[in-house]
Amino acid sequence: MTDLLTYVIKGVPLGCVFALLAIGLVLTYKTSGVFNLAFGAQAFLAAAVYYDVRVRHGWPTLPAFSFAVLVVSPLVGLLLERLIFRYLRTASPLAKLVSALGLLVALPSIVQLWLGKGQTFGVVGIWWDDNALYRFGDFVLDGKQMAILVCTGAAVVALGLLFRYAPIGLRMRAVVESPRMTELAGVNADRVGGFSWMLSSLFAGLAGVLLAPSFAQLGANDFTTLLVAAIAAAAFARLTSIPLALLGGILLGVGQALLAGYLPPASLLARNLRPSLPFIALFLLLLFWPGLRTATQSKDPMAGVDPPPLPPAAEERSHLLTVGTRVFGVVVFGVLVLLSLTTFSSYWLLIFTQAAVYSTIFLSITVITGMGGQVSLAQATFAGIGAFATAQIVDTWGFAVLPTMLVGALVAAVIGALLAVPALRLGGLFLSLGTLAFALMFQYVLVPMEWVGGGLTPLEMPRPAGLDDDKAFFLFCIAVLAVVSVIVILIRKGTTGQFLDALRGSEVAAQSIGINPVRSKILVFAVSAGIAGLGGALLSMQEGEANPVRFEYTWGLFFVVIVVTLGARTVEGAINAGLGFMLMPEVLKWVGLPASWQFVVFGLGAITYAKYPDGVLEANKRKSLAFIDRHLPKRFRTGPDRGGPGAAAPVAPADVAVPTGGAS
Amino acid sequence: MALLDAQRITKHFAGITALDGVSLSVDAGEAVGLIGPNGAGKTTFFNCLLGILRPDTGTVTFDDCDITTLPTYRRARLGFGRTFQRMELFAGMSVRDHLLVAERSRLGTGRLWKDLLNLSGPGADERERAEHTLALLGLTDVADRPVEALSLGRGRLVEVGRALMTEPKLLLLDEPSSGLDAQETEALAATLRDVQAARGTAVLLVEHDVEFVRTFASRLYVLDFGTLIAQGPTAEVLADGTVRRAYLGETV
Repeated sequence: MTDLLTYVIKGVPLGCVFALLAIGLVLTYKTSGVFNLAFGAQAFLAAAVYYDVRVRHGWPTLPAFSFAVLVVSPLVGLLLERLIFRYLRTASPLAKLVSALGLLVALPSIVQLWLGKGQTFGVVGIWWDDNALYRFGDFVLDGKQMAILVCTGAAVVALGLLFRYAPIGLRMRAVVESPRMTELAGVNADRVGGFSWMLSSLFAGLAGVLLAPSFAQLGANDFTTLLVAAIAAAAFARLTSIPLALLGGILLGVGQALLAGYLPPASLLARNLRPSLPFIALFLLLLFWPGLRTATQSKDPMAGVDPPPLPPAAEERSHLLTVGTRVFGVVVFGVLVLLSLTTFSSYWLLIFTQAAVYSTIFLSITVITGMGGQVSLAQATFAGIGAFATAQIVDTWGFAVLPTMLVGALVAAVIGALLAVPALRLGGLFLSLGTLAFALMFQYVLVPMEWVGGGLTPLEMPRPAGLDDDKAFFLFCIAVLAVVSVIVILIRKGTTGQFLDALRGSEVAAQSIGINPVRSKILVFAVSAGIAGLGGALLSMQEGEANPVRFEYTWGLFFVVIVVTLGARTVEGAINAGLGFMLMPEVLKWVGLPASWQFVVFGLGAITYAKYPDGVLEANKRKSLAFIDRHLPKRFRTGPDRGGPGAAAPVAPADVAVPTGGAS
Repeated sequence: MALLDAQRITKHFAGITALDGVSLSVDAGEAVGLIGPNGAGKTTFFNCLLGILRPDTGTVTFDDCDITTLPTYRRARLGFGRTFQRMELFAGMSVRDHLLVAERSRLGTGRLWKDLLNLSGPGADERERAEHTLALLGLTDVADRPVEALSLGRGRLVEVGRALMTEPKLLLLDEPSSGLDAQETEALAATLRDVQAARGTAVLLVEHDVEFVRTFASRLYVLDFGTLIAQGPTAEVLADGTVRRAYLGETV
């Protein structure tokens, strides 16, 4: 009995940290509709700032704490709101999610770059003495835990008072209902939004600083997994209730302590299960917590008065230019292939081989995000499933690797479909969070098992017979990429693609003409997971082993970010992303910057998604094509001065986005 | 036997009785109106018919099949077509694509292997059917425009056209005149009458605009506070004192 209570008490402080983050998540989600995935990174930033001034610069505790939590953190929140999220208020949930995802990728790298590679040991807590022990009857708490309990209590009480008595609290509650309605009543919604971002960021900072002394060394990954726990607590609160978020966080902390206490410490289950409890909790909550299904995503009641969005087919180009750019794309592609085979060194051949492989994986994102309109954060995981399945089958039964690769893709497709069945009931944001939880679970619980990831040493993966030569293998990768590209194009042009377009446009209307939304979405999930699995198997063949490091969940996040930045709607975009993924580190090396700058570049790039949903490159290409079009001789032109405004040439919108290259 | 037969539909929301034993039927080829003041339960009833809401009690039969528990898309395949009060078009698609995707859905060509063999593209006869519907609705001149560029009135016609491409036996129109001015409403009513004459589709019209209903529907149901207060031939119902009090707010 006392054992139980001891474990419970032990779990409460950690639970409080989860709760602080969860409260912040709920706050921003309610006031801006943004599910701030960068929240863990903001906690990490505050911890890093605190560490820097407290330890490196030797400030006393109170100024260091105040600077990190009360000055820097709110400032970061304000900046994010001012520079990014203010402009996304009426953007689609997808655009909000992608922007937050970009920050999740970029921010930790920025902080890590600022902290430097040096040692970050020995964060000192904010209590007088971290290791002082305080006895309350039978229970003992140390200084770090006391600090967490006291600060959480104070923060929660202050927040409650703010909502109850301060005018700004009332305004925040009004803004939650509708920013623009509130503005009509004479309240500056922007200011209220900024305030709530500052407030929630302060909570993130507080959580980060309080938790920092518990880690041996400051690292971004600890804070990302911390975020998952906070997401689980926020999901428990259905993203709306702050008291429930508090309770959820504490319950999760206690649960983790109980598992630690009761599971035999040496067992595999304890090793894998305890640290991954938050992922499992999140996954189960998303699937079974009844309130989530009905939790409506924040909507603006005045959205109906918005002017309609610009027609996407507004820019039409002359046939000549369309053909011209396609020929150009194919020629560039062909020249690259030829150079790789003839003049390039083996290093560059390797780079372009991997670019082709990653392009194949990225085509899975073209399918699920570009066509299906869903954000899956588990594409690296599906690639891993394809690779591990192929390697295991080859290893166990000695099948030829080439046909087995297709089996591996099939396994990934089936798992993708199985995951989609329950997750699709949730849709949108929760679907993405579900895939994130799945990716984390796979990485921490399943991959360490021998029958999945092969245990301690990565599984061997042979190349198909006759493809041992790097040049031959390169051509094989190009062939696979071409086949997958054609498949993607056929699906998009075909009925499946049309149905998906319709579902993206309006789900109720699509149902009203007899389209089964569940079937279409499961199909797109399965196809996408299958393509990722195929690409994953290819990647492992190239490397000679199925290395789990290649399929970690962080890659899954980065894949989405890079593809969305460079163009998620076209095959061309996926190929550009594959090239960018391999070439950006080379460019950075050449400029003399650390490779982690690529996360910053593409992470911040993803924020442009709201403005250029077709990708930055596609948007700029259209701009320059429009420019060329204006300066062409009149007979080649398609602009307004040929047939007068509105008399548009019959170009279906799908044609604008038809990819070049790749398919040849 | 009626084409659509809804029997004693009841629906409660958290203690409020939105619908209380409402029965309604539509015969093949008939145009029926459902009217009632705001909050009478028209939309709830509509959603029960379409499978968006499930009635607490009562049954819906269509073409002699019990469809009370079928999901929306299955009802669409059985022969329900509908339009929306707040326009629901497929953003980014042209007018013609709206019709073609509905045609493909009717033909059930949504098979992945057909896509992969490039077999599912719209054939000549499908395109011709789309052209025919475009002409019927007077949309030929905007066929290749993205729907975002259309006025509300023509947007609604696109919805009608999309529904017609599925060859519905019954067309459910949810307040088609909302947001349109008097002239547009008249034009829409005229077009709908043409469509009904040409295709012989049964129509259930939920509508605010009494003029629209008067010229379009041959039979009327009047809903107030979740119960039917009148039903019968249009002219009789509109002359009825109870209806005038409830719906038109007149003191007789």
